[in-house]
Amino acid sequence: MTHRLNAQDVSFGYGGEDVVRHLDVAIPTGEITVIVGANGCGKSTLLRGLVRLLKPTTGQVLLDGASIHDLRSVDVARTIGLLPQSPVAPDGISVADLVGRGRYPHQGWFRQWTAEDDRAVASALAATGTTELADRTLAELSGGQRQRVWVAMTLAQETDLLLLDEPTTFLDIHHQVDLLDLLTDLNRDAGRTIVMVLHDLNLACRYADHLIAMKQGRIAAEGAPSAVVTPELVTEVFGLDAQVVPDPVSGTPMVVPRGRHHR
Amino acid sequence: MTTTTASLRQAAPTPSHRNGAALGIGLVVLVGVLAVVCVMSITLGTRGIGLGAIIDAFRDRDDSVDATVIRDLRVPRTLIGLVAGAALGLSGALLQGLTRNPLADPGILGINTGASAFIVTSIALFGLQQMTTYIWFAFLGAATAMVIVYGVASFGREGATPVKLALAGAAVSAGFYAITTGVVVTNVDALNQMRFWQVGALAGRYWPELERSAPFMVVGILVALTLGRSLNGLALGNDMAVALGQNVARTRAIVVVSVALLAGAATAACGPIVFVGLVVPHAARALCGPDYRWILPYSLVLSPIVLLTADVIGRLVLKPGELQVGVVLGVLGAPAFIALVRKRSLAQL
Repeated sequence: MTHRLNAQDVSFGYGGEDVVRHLDVAIPTGEITVIVGANGCGKSTLLRGLVRLLKPTTGQVLLDGASIHDLRSVDVARTIGLLPQSPVAPDGISVADLVGRGRYPHQGWFRQWTAEDDRAVASALAATGTTELADRTLAELSGGQRQRVWVAMTLAQETDLLLLDEPTTFLDIHHQVDLLDLLTDLNRDAGRTIVMVLHDLNLACRYADHLIAMKQGRIAAEGAPSAVVTPELVTEVFGLDAQVVPDPVSGTPMVVPRGRHHR
Repeated sequence: MTTTTASLRQAAPTPSHRNGAALGIGLVVLVGVLAVVCVMSITLGTRGIGLGAIIDAFRDRDDSVDATVIRDLRVPRTLIGLVAGAALGLSGALLQGLTRNPLADPGILGINTGASAFIVTSIALFGLQQMTTYIWFAFLGAATAMVIVYGVASFGREGATPVKLALAGAAVSAGFYAITTGVVVTNVDALNQMRFWQVGALAGRYWPELERSAPFMVVGILVALTLGRSLNGLALGNDMAVALGQNVARTRAIVVVSVALLAGAATAACGPIVFVGLVVPHAARALCGPDYRWILPYSLVLSPIVLLTADVIGRLVLKPGELQVGVVLGVLGAPAFIALVRKRSLAQL
């Protein structure tokens, strides 16, 4: 197992106390890693730190063995793509235009739009099933379509690693499953390494090869979901009393919470 | 599978560069319009002048009244309108891109108020009478405002974010406005000089103003025209811009410097002319969409068209007197802007 992206003893924060503290993490290449944890446990902060949106206060993030802050930003952008939690787009932008902006790190002063860019955009649209939306504006689309278009944009960037911050948050259950299936396709077919933050523990167990459970800025447990997800872990990480049963569909762990009224 | 891929590839429309040809032609047409407006600006006015007189004035160096009017009044006035118009429009487009705020214009960063405050203070302190001398103070004021605003907004972990820039701009504006009011209330000379400068006018600005301010604006224009790609990145938000490999801090700094050059020099040359920087980028956006690689050149050409047309209208409506261009723009610009806002959603840039 190789780990192109890893962090050693990193701490991240926003000026005050560090949110992520002295954490070591290695992202398995070619797998789907899902980060879970309670609100405020630092999972989004860790993800942002891994793509150099935050500067570590201790330790360093390594990409292919080199400190990510020492690499040229355009080189990093050709290797790691990011879909932020709530991305913004200019008004009136068309889907094709937006996806085309993912080509930014591949262009330069003397290398404007080329056939290679056309190919990358077309295949990103095709992979996400948004080809027929290409001429529409983003504002006309439904939430599920829009999220697919954003994924298409990050795909057009053609990076080996793709990081997504709660990509399913604003989607209904159908579109959540749809999107996670799409990401799994990208992982299985194109060998892309995927790291994402998810809120739904059951979907996380189902789609993750590698699960990272965080608590108060540290990693509480990590590994294959079937190996790490136990009632004890759920209690430790979420402070929730729960039963863990096999998912009837996938066989992965399924967390069934026990609220105060169901004991 | 191969056929599917092939058909998909063919069906997939490509981004805006496909209509690049149409946008390019549109730009050429606008340059033509601008040329016509320039000729109108030289020939029309209190004293109507024939087209042939323009050539005569420069070829023969004759001393007829027409030639003098053209050489010493109309041509420099037109050139200032041309350069300052372009500078104001571009600075508005840059600021709207930087702050992702559809209402951004040079006023939002305190540039106008900074220039005004320095001018009245210099008049009160040194009793400046010459128009040519206060260009420097106006420029200094604009640059000072810009530096303070950017410096204040840069505090904190995320640097000069759009919201912090706008807030710092509002605060600095208020501060400079207080200084201006304080000086003007206690100093009649300053008030009188100020009244004229404050409106914004092309009249009474001739070769010396042009020679002093144009170099700054030309440099600013050249820098601004290189920023389209970077502004397209910034339009996707800070996180996405970084993820796409952009150096966001550097882009912001370059934008701020070129805005200081453009708006500072333009304000110094013709007073705080509003509306051009606010409205023209929206008009450009309506014509060519959200791609800053087109918005910038469109703003560059549209702005002097608007400014010079307003100036010519101002010369004609009150003949033999003149209405200052700032007034014309305010009167015509307000309804134009309302129409634009009603037609398009300006919520997000």
